[in-house]
Amino acid sequence: MRVLVREGLFADSDPPALLGSRCGACGKTHFPRSDACPYCATEDPEPVDLSRRGALWAWTAITAPPPGYKGDVPYGVGIVELPEGVRVIARLTEADPGALTEGQAMELHVVPLHRDDEGNDVVTYAFAVAP
Amino acid sequence: MSAGVVIAGAGMHPFGRFDGVSTTDMGVVAVRAALREAGVGKDGFQAAFCGTAYGGVATGHKVLSRLGMTGMPIVDVEAGCASGGAALMLAAAAIRAGQYDTVLVFGTEKMPKGIIRSSFFDPWQEEAGLAATPSFFALRAQRLALTSGVTKDHLARVVVKNRRHGASNPDAMYQKETSVEEVLASRVVCEPLHLYMLCSPNEGAAALVLRREGPDSPAASVTLAAAVLRSHIPGPVLSESTPLAGLADDSVPAPTTLAATAAYEEAGVGPGDLHVVECQDTDAARELGSCEELGLCPPGGSAALLDSGATGLGGRLPVNPSGGLLSKGEPLGASALGQVVELVRQLRGECGVRQVEGARVALSHTVGRGANAGVVILTR
Repeated sequence: MRVLVREGLFADSDPPALLGSRCGACGKTHFPRSDACPYCATEDPEPVDLSRRGALWAWTAITAPPPGYKGDVPYGVGIVELPEGVRVIARLTEADPGALTEGQAMELHVVPLHRDDEGNDVVTYAFAVAP
Repeated sequence: MSAGVVIAGAGMHPFGRFDGVSTTDMGVVAVRAALREAGVGKDGFQAAFCGTAYGGVATGHKVLSRLGMTGMPIVDVEAGCASGGAALMLAAAAIRAGQYDTVLVFGTEKMPKGIIRSSFFDPWQEEAGLAATPSFFALRAQRLALTSGVTKDHLARVVVKNRRHGASNPDAMYQKETSVEEVLASRVVCEPLHLYMLCSPNEGAAALVLRREGPDSPAASVTLAAAVLRSHIPGPVLSESTPLAGLADDSVPAPTTLAATAAYEEAGVGPGDLHVVECQDTDAARELGSCEELGLCPPGGSAALLDSGATGLGGRLPVNPSGGLLSKGEPLGASALGQVVELVRQLRGECGVRQVEGARVALSHTVGRGANAGVVILTR
């Protein structure tokens, strides 16, 4: 069975989407979705799906498995700036930092992470270089 | 500011790895040394604040139980890397408020080996690979490369500088110099950070006795001019609060800047008045970022500051003369107070070959998980 690493963070749909919210009071968009705006504390911000595409803002790759990690190494981690004015930290499908450049167009995907003890295929969100 | 606070005593247990020595044992060594310097015994202080992150329940009580309990309040304080700074802030505030005349502040820690595993993160973040502390350091380092012209060579030279300083610090874990070539030959943990550019989580303890300044205070006492703790304002995606996302807005001040601004105001000094600084160098880029956030150079100016030689011993404003966390290692609850102990010794002129000549105004800085940032200013 295909299971999400964490429910409520992203829609495993085609196309996939990160699930955020937009605050009606201060106008800021945030991720992950929550019941109050982290910037102004106004309750019940409007649920929104974040843009699939954004620009690469920072990136690196992890070469040795950190504690509690269940996937393969090396793997990329980076920050993508979305048109809503949000910078999201996420896995990158590119694990060679030398292959990436600042401002590069990136696109959200849902990718395999590992197979858990019950045989489920655990998936997570990640950004890949946009075609 | 109300009543002045002076440092009556300072003590350390060296930072390193000490098999068979407990968190309590190390705390006892540091506390005993600080009390001896202050010339007081178990009845000579009215409260104690203990910084620790991994020490467990009642760490402070376990230390003081070995030194003779008196029924006084003992408060354990956890604020990540700034735990000792938080304890110091509470102790100083209590003295200034007139609650106590003399307070003991200490931090003691025995960190697990390897990458710090923090209960701060949800299990899914670890599972998905989004909780690796060095990756956040690496992303910050990369932003400094883009905004401040920081190269890998700069990062290596921060390590070389601090290890050169630490080579003459008997309390440091690494007392051996290194070279740019050796740093760059160590394995890549997360680009652009190599293993030698990251500090080692380790073990150690530090203690201070604070006393209300009075007519009988020695004229040459080191004064605690400011002890400030701040948390973060949301927005920066690379804040030590480690959010999953932030704003595309670079104008939100970092917790370090918030703490430093308040500390400069409290002490009535500015960055240009400082003679010596101990700052958070959990990784080499963090020292450069700290210099910018503390106002030691203009934003974007940290690489140029390093290039100028100002931050090395013998320079205009030596940074991390103790060797920093890159030489000492980082026992979370003790690291902030370890910096203050170094600066007390610097201001007293007790540091031998790593002495910053004529130092009279000193600043220490820690920042970490939470986010928490602590800034302390000492004068003599």
